[in-house]
Amino acid sequence: MRDQVIKVMISLMFLFSASVFAEDNIIHVEHGPDAYEQLQEALILAEPGTTIMVAAGRYDFVDALSLDVSDITVRGAGMDKTIFNFKGQQAGSEGILVTSDRVTLEGFAVVDTPGDGIKIKGVDTVTIRVVRVEWTGGPKASNGAYGLYPVSSKNVLIENSLVIGASDAGIYVGQSQNIVIRHNIAQYNVAGIEIENSYFSDVHNNISQNNTGGILVFDLPGLPQGGGHSTRLFNNIIQNNNTANFAPKGNIVAMVPAGTGVMVMANRGIEVFDNIFDENASAHVIIAAYPRKYYDDAYIPTARRVLLTGNKYGRGGFDPAKMIKTLVGSRTDEVYSDIIWDGAVDGFWSFMFGIDDDDSILVDEAAGTTMVNLNIVHEIYLPWGSSLDQNIENYRGTRARLQAVQLPQDQKQE
Amino acid sequence: MAGWVKYIGFFMTVVLSQPVLHADEQMIDVEALHAARPAKNISAYNLFADNQSQKPNNGLLPYDLIVPLFTDYALKYRFVHVPEGSSANYNDSEAFDFPLGSILVKTFAYPADFRKPDKNIRLIETRLLIKEARGWQAWAYIWNDDMTDAKLKVAGARMPVSYIDKLGLSVTVNYAVPNRNQCKGCHTKDREFTPLGPKARNINRDYNYKFGAANQLEHWSVIGYLSGAPKSSQAPKVPRVDDVKVPIAQRARAYLDINCAHCHRAAGPASTSGLFLTFSEKNPVNWGYMRRPVAAGRGSGGLEFDVVPGKPDRSILIYRMASTDPGVMMPELGRNQVHVEGLALIRAWILSLD
Repeated sequence: MRDQVIKVMISLMFLFSASVFAEDNIIHVEHGPDAYEQLQEALILAEPGTTIMVAAGRYDFVDALSLDVSDITVRGAGMDKTIFNFKGQQAGSEGILVTSDRVTLEGFAVVDTPGDGIKIKGVDTVTIRVVRVEWTGGPKASNGAYGLYPVSSKNVLIENSLVIGASDAGIYVGQSQNIVIRHNIAQYNVAGIEIENSYFSDVHNNISQNNTGGILVFDLPGLPQGGGHSTRLFNNIIQNNNTANFAPKGNIVAMVPAGTGVMVMANRGIEVFDNIFDENASAHVIIAAYPRKYYDDAYIPTARRVLLTGNKYGRGGFDPAKMIKTLVGSRTDEVYSDIIWDGAVDGFWSFMFGIDDDDSILVDEAAGTTMVNLNIVHEIYLPWGSSLDQNIENYRGTRARLQAVQLPQDQKQE
Repeated sequence: MAGWVKYIGFFMTVVLSQPVLHADEQMIDVEALHAARPAKNISAYNLFADNQSQKPNNGLLPYDLIVPLFTDYALKYRFVHVPEGSSANYNDSEAFDFPLGSILVKTFAYPADFRKPDKNIRLIETRLLIKEARGWQAWAYIWNDDMTDAKLKVAGARMPVSYIDKLGLSVTVNYAVPNRNQCKGCHTKDREFTPLGPKARNINRDYNYKFGAANQLEHWSVIGYLSGAPKSSQAPKVPRVDDVKVPIAQRARAYLDINCAHCHRAAGPASTSGLFLTFSEKNPVNWGYMRRPVAAGRGSGGLEFDVVPGKPDRSILIYRMASTDPGVMMPELGRNQVHVEGLALIRAWILSLD
């Protein structure tokens, strides 16, 4: 456990220092009353290949910033030095919007946006590095929904960044593919980090703490990109995710029980390994089906092909949220568990004959780890004869592992 | 300002405006419009014979939409230019495919008093869309107080505007002039910049030209601006939203089509929401009927569905249309006020749904 802590801490040492490279094409934006116009003009008129350097200082902006030129770097003097304050923002549902390819954002902060912090929509290759997004008033339903928000994009790298206070997810990647989220801290959000309807994600060496739920891997129905799969969560520290859920109702994260470490919902091919879980009051890991009605013929609501291995579990499940109490506590007097699986399987066939090996839930954890399978499907088909399964050995096994995600950003640096 | 400076300014204004005032036959300056860089002042393009009344010079054809986008109650003057020898290709459902060199011009203005909307009109900004080889370029020009010229604002601007509304109440709005990216925020189809207004279904109406009234689709075809258009009676057409003879569902969908569907469509910037509000969308879940939000955040207002039949107060659509909070309101851009009439229409429509 100690080794892992040290490994994560070392990777986090780079968190608060912005890197500097030499470039030919540089536009400097100085602090002052014209800063917004200067910066937004630069973001529109810059030629591809330009680096826009924004001087240290606190900038009060009433309108959103947006970038639609490819191959641009926007660099501040550091996440505590160059601060874009959107508290008085009058329009725009995010602080910064990026819609162009091969963009790097680094070394600045976006604070107190009424809507989302930084949204990246429909791009190929984006790097967010040493960026802070924060709602400074603490966790509140009136905070914006997402901190760092790439959607419908590919080759997404978010590293060494810090997100605090999002009323939905701190770092949220939706309907995207080829994603690496590493060396970040996410805290006091409803969801620390969320991967939704996405393909091929590596989420590693992050600290996700004091959120309602630490890391979520979700797949939702009725969206342009569905069938989320292939996510690896590893070497993360996921602790104290016990903040009361403050998401506005109607949003899917509003149903995440406080005290959740990791929640996997309706995805396929998820590996959770070598993480440290501690002090998550409902459960360290929840594996569940999408619980609501849906109108999407292609949608598969159950969680399939999940592997948990090599994780360290500190105290967990000691004070479960009401929903977990109702689900688990009504059916057993036993202590609550590190791992909860709802046991939802894909229809009557799987119920009768078991899930395909390809789709099974495998739990290969150290002795002493506790797990409960709620056997939801048994409950539906055989309510009178249904019982919980708390024998973790029934899930032991291993299988071929996912490949690491390769990003063009990493190839370049080598 | 020193008196003599003002005097010279006045003198220059008179001198510069002389030829404009007397020469209706002037052409717009197409060369200036197609220069590599946009002009600093709109006067370089010679678009208007008279700024104040927005009387165009030759080469600019005025047009109107059936249902306009709501922009804080601003009045709008629209013009189109299609180069000689080429024409836009007609399309049944999308904006026409304009040839290189086409220009769309839109001026935003406020009367001092909406009870006399033709009097004391203050021009705010004129937006240009210019079709170049690298795609549509979008520029906004902000008018000076005398309305003698307008200045290019690349980064957009805020313009405080005061007026008396239809009820006689005094209103002040911090009008937002968008920058190019914000323009593209709505003017996007499959990541490409695209015009929004000139769609068959929204320009299929009469316009009072100098020679008399004529259907715009047909007139555009006659003068060679448009090719491939069917007879106007064969072309699609949205209803006027204030035409009470039209069923409310059609009027509401026409309103949502022009105000929302440029983003809320499969090829638009809000594709990821899965909420599609185009006039032709048939699947009720897609246009919001008992649809759950995806990434609405606090835009949901604690409500569970976009449209709850019969229950406007439980519908997220209404919550967001009724808000001016940037983290909640829809559309995201282009308004700082609630469109009271539009909101009433959509409320009534939701009430009518089973």
